[in-house]
Amino acid sequence: MAREDTYLEWRGHLAGLTDEELEARFWELAQQVVDPLVALARTHTSPSIERSVLMRMGIDSPTCMAVAGECEKRGLLAHGAGQVVLHCSTTWDCAVTEAARRLAAGEGWDLAAQKWGGAA
Amino acid sequence: MSEQPLQPNEKLDVAALLEGIEHYRPRRNGWHWRELVPDQTLYKFSYKETSKGLTNSIPLPAAHYFGFIDPQPDCVVTTEIASGRFEDDIRRMRMAAWHGADHMMVIRTAGQSHMDGLLEGTPEGVGGIAVTRKQVRATRKALDLIEDEVGRPINFHSYVSGVAGPEMAVMFAEEGVNGAHQDPQYNVLYRNINMYRSFVDAAVAKHVMASVRMAQIDGAHNANATAVEAWKVMPELLVQHAINCAYSVSVGMPKEDICLSTVPPDAAPAPCMRMDLPYAVALRDLFGEYKMRAQENTRYMEADGRDATVSHVMNLVISRLTSADIQSTITPDEGRNVPWHYNNIAAVNTAKQSLVGMDGMREMVHLDRSEGSELRSKVREIKERAVLFFEAMLRDGGYFAGVEKAYFVDSGLFPETHDDGIARKSAGGVAAGTIVERADDYMAPVCHHFGDNHLPEGLDKACDLFGGCTLCDHDKVPFIDELDPVDNVNTRLAQTAELREKGLIKPEVEWAADGWVVVTLFLPTAPRVAEFAALELGKAMNLRECEVINKQVMHPAEGSLIEMKGRLDVAVDPATLVIPPEPEVMSDEEIKEFVAEKAIKCVAATVGQDEHSVGMREIIDIKHGGIEKWGFTCEYLGTSVPVEKVLDAAIEHAAQVVLISTIITHGDMHRSNMEKLADLAVEKGVRDKLLLISGGTQVTDELARSWGMDAGFGRRTKGINVASFVVKTMRERGM
Repeated sequence: MAREDTYLEWRGHLAGLTDEELEARFWELAQQVVDPLVALARTHTSPSIERSVLMRMGIDSPTCMAVAGECEKRGLLAHGAGQVVLHCSTTWDCAVTEAARRLAAGEGWDLAAQKWGGAA
Repeated sequence: MSEQPLQPNEKLDVAALLEGIEHYRPRRNGWHWRELVPDQTLYKFSYKETSKGLTNSIPLPAAHYFGFIDPQPDCVVTTEIASGRFEDDIRRMRMAAWHGADHMMVIRTAGQSHMDGLLEGTPEGVGGIAVTRKQVRATRKALDLIEDEVGRPINFHSYVSGVAGPEMAVMFAEEGVNGAHQDPQYNVLYRNINMYRSFVDAAVAKHVMASVRMAQIDGAHNANATAVEAWKVMPELLVQHAINCAYSVSVGMPKEDICLSTVPPDAAPAPCMRMDLPYAVALRDLFGEYKMRAQENTRYMEADGRDATVSHVMNLVISRLTSADIQSTITPDEGRNVPWHYNNIAAVNTAKQSLVGMDGMREMVHLDRSEGSELRSKVREIKERAVLFFEAMLRDGGYFAGVEKAYFVDSGLFPETHDDGIARKSAGGVAAGTIVERADDYMAPVCHHFGDNHLPEGLDKACDLFGGCTLCDHDKVPFIDELDPVDNVNTRLAQTAELREKGLIKPEVEWAADGWVVVTLFLPTAPRVAEFAALELGKAMNLRECEVINKQVMHPAEGSLIEMKGRLDVAVDPATLVIPPEPEVMSDEEIKEFVAEKAIKCVAATVGQDEHSVGMREIIDIKHGGIEKWGFTCEYLGTSVPVEKVLDAAIEHAAQVVLISTIITHGDMHRSNMEKLADLAVEKGVRDKLLLISGGTQVTDELARSWGMDAGFGRRTKGINVASFVVKTMRERGM
């Protein structure tokens, strides 16, 4: 919606603020805008986030892609792709990189299904 | 081997650099700010805003008047490189570092931001590099060598944006990348990536970046580069900066690592300084705890390099009148093609020259912010408009609702709107519907993870669950060499191997042996005709793929300036070149001794109809380092002296040396004066007793000798060159 410049009509409540008060108001509003965004981020994850977790576990990018992609398909991202890999590595008593390799090759999804449900 | 330090007279060996790349480890993390040296004294000057100098560098052109000093400004200086091949980028980085750049920003190839995942190997990019682990690691390794060569740490920078932001952030943290663009708003507005995904990803990416103290640069300047009337987006720019700052701090990034990418919004012929300065001041008032990365205006950049450079300098005045922590540079050819090697250097030098030239200016020039001043009222107005923007957006439902309602990149000066902003749907865009709510048992067993994370009790570090993550133990970082057998650095290097091995010289502007050259033409016709005439002339010059990259009308009928690029498929073998040796320079003692022994006298004059005396003074006067310094007796006859008079004076004073200064004239007077002097000397029987030397900005030794002189000296000649020549020649001739 196009709007004429209503600056002079709108600014009335700001006119009496000192520069410091105006700047404080600016930052209060900025925080109000970002707070719900931060809350969203705190409580959500994404395929890229989960791949970044797997990367930090020492897993190479094609394997991260395969494992996180499968987790996404099976509804496991909500529990964390890293947790899926960790669960398998504990069960198999192998390194997390090895567990990820086996998951990427199609093994171990039954273990995930037993723990979190979904198709094996 | 690449682990050997670089030698200034040797090329960077890319093949050696790639040896052992799989084992290379970054030697540090985090950003490097320059080490300031308050009240630094260099040559005969004191500086207020400079930093520690370089061990190897190339100073500004006029530095030879000032003891070859190369003062380094206080702020980090950026250069942006986008050739698409990292093996060529790193050579350019080395050149830029020698000229004073310590922030190498590699532009990412178009389209990578939409790739949901990482690329591996070294594929070629378009308009930028394919950012991969191997490219990043090889570049970091090269920069480690280059920073040792120049003696100052170099910041390496790329992009943590797009749909693979968290992965990019982890890879960068692992590979010692020092800075990155990260701003979820950029994804939303300019890459149409889903807004929820962008913000959720950004929190993790920023948190990882913070763990290695990577500097973050935001993306707000793109609003300026995109808006229809760019000078009206100032309130919105403040809002965008604030959203990214507040968001970054909320997810754990220290304020001192957060840089605002800020651009003076206007350019001449707008009265830009009066609009840009209040904006710059408002920004620095509000964001005093953050860092300023001063970017150059590109919105109004055209194909003319001179025009772009003047805009850059005006932007640099703003930086010096306010502040800049990172001074960005845009190449003067950004408006016409992918930037070329030497234009990166040109832009870096524009920044260095301007910043050093305006050193300490703030102490003499104060901004008038007194009550009732234009600056004060404008600064206040911009801030109020930004607050009104925030208030309206919150009333309308917050950030996501605001983007849906096209609040951003509207060309109205808020609260004015033109309804031409960028609107995005919260359920739309690339990767829509891909965020997932974390379950009650969500767990990420790694360090520096943002958000709800249900780790077992009693852990020191999250990664103790499996023996350590890559951010704690770099040996766990995996390396993939190449995935594509054809599109990789090895095949590209093979194509130019012969040139490198044989040391052949072929022109280039972005890639080794690309052959691009530029021809500047003045054609006495209108621009449209001139353009097509130039293309014909290009063919006659054996240039392929000719393209006019800039044209300017000088007068609608009288003529046009054309700059045209074309490929020249010629390589020169330096072994076939006949290069005359550089003139020898003798020691002070050797010259003094000989001059005293022979009591050498000179007569000197500017000949013909020429009133210039500066050049001759430089050669003669002791205070300019002229030949008097070594004891030469000089009789200076003045300007516009006839050659007959010069020769008579030489005979009268029993001089051994005649120095004449001449400009190159259209009437060939320089030539006839030299020939006449030589002929007269022969006629009067004194030719053997005299050294006849001519000098002038356009004189060459070869021409002067062909016209009867013993030597000719051109631009940049010093007294020492002339003195050395005289002593050497007199000895040889037994004079």
